[in-house]
Amino acid sequence: MKKENLLWNATKIGLLGGAIAIFICLVGMAEIFSKRDVVETVITLGQFVLLATSVVTGFTASRQAINLLGPNQPLSALTAGLIAGLFTGLVLTLFVVAGDKVNIRAVFLNASPTLYSLLTFGKGVSNSWVLAVGGAMSGLLGAGYLLLPELFRRTINRALLVTVFMALFSNLFRVVFINQGMEQIAKFIFGQTGLTMPGSLIFFFGVILISWFWNYRGRQIQSGVARLPKSGQLSLRAATIALIAIIALGLPQASGPFIAQVIVTVALFILMGLGLNITLGFAGLLDLGFVAFYAIGAYTVGLLTSYGIFGLQHVSFWVAVPIAVLVAMGAGFVLGLPVLGVRGDYLAIATLGFGEIVRLLAGSDFLAPYFGGPQGIIGIQKPCLGILGPFLKIDVPRVCNGIELGKPQDIYYVAVAAALLIAFVAWRLRESRLGRAWMAIREDEDVAEALGINLIQTKLLAYMLGAAFAGLGGAIFATLIGSIFATSMQLTVSLNVVSLIIVGGMGSIPGVIVGAIALIGLPELLREVSEFRYLLYGMALIIMMLAKPEGLWPSQATRRELHHVEVEADVKA
Amino acid sequence: MRTSLGERLLDMAVSGFLWGIRILFVAAILIGTIVSIRAGKYSGEQWIDFVVFGIAQGSIYALIALGYTMVYGILRMINFAHGDIFMTGAFGAYFLATWLNGTGFIDKNPLLGLLIPILFAMLVSAGIAMLVERIAYRPLRGAPRLVPLISAIGASFFLEYAFRGFFGPGKYAYPPITALEGSWNILGVSILKVQVIVTIAAFVMMAILYSIVMYTKMGKAMRAVSENKDTAALMGIDINRIIVSTFAIGAAMAGAAGVLFSLVYRQIDFFMGFTPGIKAFTAAVLGGIGNIPGAMVGGIVLGIFESVGPSLFLEGLGIPRPYQLKDVIAFTMLVMILLFRPSGILGERLTTKKA
Amino acid sequence: MKRLLTLISLLVLASMVLAACGPGAAPTYECTDALGCVKIGPTEPIHLAYWGVLSGADASLGEDSKRGVEIAIDDKGGKLLNHDILLTTEDAGCTPEGGATAAAKLASDTSLVGLIGSSCSDETVGGVAAITNAGLTTISPSNTRPVLSSPDRGPDYAGYARTAHSDAFQGKAVAEFAYNFLKVTKAATLHDGSAYAQALQQVFADEFTALGGEIVAQEAVAKDATDMKPVLTTISAAGPELIYYPVFVAVGGFVTAQVRDVSGLEEVYLIGSDGIFTADLLKGGGENTMGMYLSSPDFSAFTGDYAGFIAKHEAKYGGSTLSTFHAHAYDAANILFAALEKVAVVQEDGTIYVPRQALRDAIFATKDFQGVTGTLSCSASGDCGAPVIAVYEIVNSDPASWNPASADAPNPKKVYP
Repeated sequence: MKKENLLWNATKIGLLGGAIAIFICLVGMAEIFSKRDVVETVITLGQFVLLATSVVTGFTASRQAINLLGPNQPLSALTAGLIAGLFTGLVLTLFVVAGDKVNIRAVFLNASPTLYSLLTFGKGVSNSWVLAVGGAMSGLLGAGYLLLPELFRRTINRALLVTVFMALFSNLFRVVFINQGMEQIAKFIFGQTGLTMPGSLIFFFGVILISWFWNYRGRQIQSGVARLPKSGQLSLRAATIALIAIIALGLPQASGPFIAQVIVTVALFILMGLGLNITLGFAGLLDLGFVAFYAIGAYTVGLLTSYGIFGLQHVSFWVAVPIAVLVAMGAGFVLGLPVLGVRGDYLAIATLGFGEIVRLLAGSDFLAPYFGGPQGIIGIQKPCLGILGPFLKIDVPRVCNGIELGKPQDIYYVAVAAALLIAFVAWRLRESRLGRAWMAIREDEDVAEALGINLIQTKLLAYMLGAAFAGLGGAIFATLIGSIFATSMQLTVSLNVVSLIIVGGMGSIPGVIVGAIALIGLPELLREVSEFRYLLYGMALIIMMLAKPEGLWPSQATRRELHHVEVEADVKA
Repeated sequence: MRTSLGERLLDMAVSGFLWGIRILFVAAILIGTIVSIRAGKYSGEQWIDFVVFGIAQGSIYALIALGYTMVYGILRMINFAHGDIFMTGAFGAYFLATWLNGTGFIDKNPLLGLLIPILFAMLVSAGIAMLVERIAYRPLRGAPRLVPLISAIGASFFLEYAFRGFFGPGKYAYPPITALEGSWNILGVSILKVQVIVTIAAFVMMAILYSIVMYTKMGKAMRAVSENKDTAALMGIDINRIIVSTFAIGAAMAGAAGVLFSLVYRQIDFFMGFTPGIKAFTAAVLGGIGNIPGAMVGGIVLGIFESVGPSLFLEGLGIPRPYQLKDVIAFTMLVMILLFRPSGILGERLTTKKA
Repeated sequence: MKRLLTLISLLVLASMVLAACGPGAAPTYECTDALGCVKIGPTEPIHLAYWGVLSGADASLGEDSKRGVEIAIDDKGGKLLNHDILLTTEDAGCTPEGGATAAAKLASDTSLVGLIGSSCSDETVGGVAAITNAGLTTISPSNTRPVLSSPDRGPDYAGYARTAHSDAFQGKAVAEFAYNFLKVTKAATLHDGSAYAQALQQVFADEFTALGGEIVAQEAVAKDATDMKPVLTTISAAGPELIYYPVFVAVGGFVTAQVRDVSGLEEVYLIGSDGIFTADLLKGGGENTMGMYLSSPDFSAFTGDYAGFIAKHEAKYGGSTLSTFHAHAYDAANILFAALEKVAVVQEDGTIYVPRQALRDAIFATKDFQGVTGTLSCSASGDCGAPVIAVYEIVNSDPASWNPASADAPNPKKVYP
C-alpha cells in the first residue's frame, strides 16, 4: 500500500515538474536563456534550467519517499526520483510531439519552431524521446543527490552556485580583464557567452578544494586568530577593512563606467531601502508611495542646479543636496500628517495614491511651466570639487574650476559615501530611543501609546527620516542621469523598494544591501534576468514569503518573530 | 520629557491641518463646479454623456471591486493580484472570441457570442485565482498581515509578466460584436449599446452575487467566516472550502469584467489589470469595504467622478488639459474618504443585518 | 547563506584586484588623436553596436532600425577594410535611465568603434553624455526631438548625429497639409504625456496658427488611459474639424476606436504621426482607421534606391517593414562605414587603428552623401537628415494589408504632397 502511495506521489511531483518545464518554455525563458551558456558549447543556461527542473523534481520526490518510508530505503527513494524525473521528461516529450501536430503559436507566441528545435537539440520531433530519458536520468541524479552525506551536498551546492554565478557574469569579467591587458587569462577562463570548459572546471573544483581545506583547517585558523593578542586581532581587522577600502576605491577605475553605473544604481536603491526600512521596517508603516520622496529630491536638485530654462538659482550640487533633503523631509511631514490615523492596508493604498498624485502632477501640462511637464528637466549640473564659475546664460553649463564628477565612475564615490553615511545614521537611529519607539509602534500602536510614546511625533519622524533618505537618493539620481522625467517615478519603483527590503530582511540594515544587490544589481548586469525581471521578482517574493519571510539577512528580532524561537534562547543571545 | 504643552500644540496643529484640508477640498470643488457650469462650454447633452461614460466605466470597476471586497471581508487582506485576475479573464475570452469570430459564430448568435466568452472568462479567472490562493495565500494564513500582502504583490507581478511572456507585450484587439455597434435612444439620450449592455450585465451579476451571499447556505457560511473565522470553524464550516469559493466567485466577477472591458475599449494587453485593480480597490473602500452593494455604489461613483470630474472641477479651476489628471481625482477621493469617512459611503459592513 | 555570500564577494573582489594589477598592452603605432585610438588586431572584427529599444511595446521601432543596419552590413559583404564587421546590440528600453545604462555599458567596451542609435529620444537624453565622454560617436536613425541637433545643444552632444528628421519639420508639414490640403480652419490636438507627442503637437499648433488656422482645443491624457470618451467629448465641445494626435500605439488605438462614438466627432479628420505608423494601429483601432491620415518620412521622396532596399529586406526577413526608420538606419550605417574607411590607419600586417576624434570629425564632415533617404550632409550640430515628410491615408483597415512601401497596393497610401 505504501508503495502505491509512493508511486502516485512520485508521478504527481513529476507531472508538476513537467508543468513547470512547459511554463518555462512557453513564457520564453527557455529560448532567451539559451542565448547564454553556462559552459560554452557544452550546456546553455536554458538547458541548465530545464535540467535543474527535473533534477529538483527527482530530489523532491525522493525526499517525500524518505519521509513516507523512513531513511533506510534508498532503493525506493531512487525509484521515486527516477519516476518523477521520467514523468517530467515525458510531459516535455508530449509537448514537443503535440506541438508538431497542433500549432499553438497563435495563442502562445513562444511556441515557435525555434523552441521546438531547441528542445529536440535540433534533430526534430523523432528525437524527442531524449527528453524523457534525460528527465529520468536527471531525476535519478536528484534522488541520488539526496542520499549523499550533507557535507558533500553543501560543498557541491556551493561549487555549483559559484560556477553558475561566474558563468552568468562571464562576459563582464572578460571585458574587465581584457581592459587591464590580461587577455590570455581572460580568454582562457571566460568565453563570450559563458565560461569555457577549462574555466568552469577551475571554478567548480576550486571551490570544492577551498571548502575542503576550510573544513579541515578552518577551525584551526579561526582559533589561531582568536588566540592572537587584542592588538593583533585589531590590526588584522584593520588590514581587512583597508583592503576592502582599496578595492572599493579602485573599482570604478578598473571596471569602467558600466559597472560603476550599476553600483551607483544599487547604492541609490540602498539609500531608498534604508529610508523605507525606517518607515516600514522599524515603524511598521506600509508606505507604497515612497517614490514620491525620491521624485521630490530629484526634482529639487534638478530645479536648483539645472542650467536649462527651469533652473531656479543654478546653484552647485553641494548646496542643492541638503536643500533637497530638507524639502523631502518637509514632504514627508506633509504627506504623513493626513494619514497618521490610517492603519494597515488602508495606509498602503493611501500612500500609493500620494505617490501617483505626485508623479501625475510633476509630469502634467498644468505644472509644466514649473516642472517641465513631459519634457522634463534637462541640463542638470554635475558635482564639482572646486569652485564653480558664474552662471552665464541658459543652456551653458557653469565651468568647474576643479575636478568635475561627470562620469558614473566619479559619481560612484558620492553615491557610495552617501550610502555608507546613511547606513551609519540608520544604525545609530535603530539603537536610539527613537528607534525603540518605532519598534514599539510597529508591534502595537495602542500599547505604545499607553506606554507614553507620542504617536504623532514618532510616526511623523518615521515618515520624515524615511523621506529624507529617499530624497538624497533622488538627488544623486538626478545628477547621475543629468535629466529627470516624471515617467521615471513610477509606482514600480516603490514596489521595487518594498520588495528589496522584504527579500533582504525587514528592519535589517545588511538586509537592505543584500536585497538591493539581488533585486536591482542582478537585473542590471544580466540581460536575461532583466528580460524576466518582474516575473522573477514575483517568484522571489512568493518563495521568500513561503520559505524565509524574515529575509536573506534578517535582523534578530524579525527572525525570532517569524520563527517562534524560544524566549530562553533570546535571553542568552 | 516633552512638555504636554508641546504635545497639545502638535495635536491642535494636526487637527487644524485636517480641517484645513477639508475646507480647501470642498471649496475647490464648489468653485470649480460653479465656474465650469457658468462657462457653459458643455451642453446638457454632453454632461449626460459624461455621466453615462462614467457609469459604464464605473460598472467595470464595480465588478472588480466585488472581488476585493469579498476577499477583504473574509481574510482582511488586499488581494493585490485581483486586478491581474481581471486581465486573465480578458485574455481567455479574447482567444475564444477570436476563434468563434473566425467561424462566424458570433455574427450569427450575438447573444451567445456575448455569453460564452463571459462564461469562459469566468472559468479561466476562477481557476487561476484558486491556483494563486492555493500556492501563495493558503500557506500564509496565520502569518503577520504584511507577509500575505507581499506575497500578493509577488503574485501580481508573476501573473502580469507570465502573461507578457506567453502573449507578448503588444496589444490585442478584441473582436467587436456587430450586433452591439451603434447606440440606442433612451429617454431622448443617445447611449452606446455596449455601454448599456455592460452596465446591465454588471448590475445583474451584482444582484446574483448578493442573492448568493444573502440567501444561500454557502452565502451564510461566507458571512459567518467573515464575522469570526474560528467560531465558524467550530460550527462545522469548512473554512478552506469557503475561502476558496470566495476567491473563485470574486475572480469570476473580475473575469466577466474583463470581457465587458474588452467590449467597450477593445484593446487588451498584459498590463491592463494594474490600474483598474487599484481603482477598483479605491471603489471598494469608497463604498465601504466588505459591503457588496457598497462595492457597486463605490464603483459607479468613482467612474462618474473620473469622467465628469476633470471637466466639472478641474477645468473650472483653470487647469489646462484636465484629463491628464483624471487619476489624481480618483486618488484624492480615496485619500479624502480614508481621512474623513473610512467606513465608506455605505459603511463598513463585514457582517450583515440581523435576520 | 552568509558564508556563501562572503565567498562570492571575496572571489569577485579578488578578481578585480588581479585585474587592476595586470600589465597594460604595449602599442606599436603612435596614436596622436585627442581622444585616443581603437586598436583592431589583424584577425579581430571591427566592433560596432546598435543601441535602441529592443524589448517592450515599442520594440518594433528598434528592431526595424536594427534591420536597416544589418542590411547595410550585408551589402558590404559583412566586411570592412578586410576585417569582419561584428554588430552587437544593447537594449535601452525607451527610457532615459535605460539609455544611460546602455550607454554606460557601451562606454565601458573599449573595443567599440562606432554606434548606431538610439531609437527613442529619451534614451539619447539619458545616455549621450556617457557616449561622448568615452570618445564614441553615435548616429541615430530615429530620434526626432528637435533639441538634439540644435546648435545650442551643449557639449554633451559632441558625439551625436542623426539621419532622422527633426519633429520641427514634421509638425510643420502636418499643419500645412491640414490647412492647405484639407482646408480646415479649426483643429484640436491630443497628446499622451510623452515628450515626443507633446512637443510635436505643439509644433503643429504653432504652425497651424501661423498659417491662419485656429486651435480650438489642446487636450491630453495619461499614457495608460483607456476611456477616451470623456476627453473626446471635451474636444467635441470645442467644435474642431480635425483632431491631430501624434501619440504612441497604446493611446492611438484607444482614441481611434472610440472617437466615432462621441457625438459631434463622427466626421472629423483624424491625423496621427510616425508614432502610430505601424500595423498595430489597425489592430487596435479597428475599422475606424479607414480614411485616417498618418504623417511619416516620405518613402517615395527617397532619392536613393529605396525599392532595392525593400527587396533586400523582403529577401532577408520576409514580410513588410516594421516601422518607419529602417532606411535612415541603413544610411546611418553607411555614413559610419564611409567615415571609417576615410580615417582608419591600416598597418601592413592588417592591424587597424581608428582615431576617435578623427572619426567623429569625418562623420560630421559628411557632405552630399548619396543615401537611400536622400542626399545627406551633416551640419556642425549633427543634423544629417534630409527631411521630407509626407502624409499617408489608410485605405484598408485590415492589419494584414499593411504595406506602405508596396508599389501596386500601398496601405497606407501617400496623398500629400
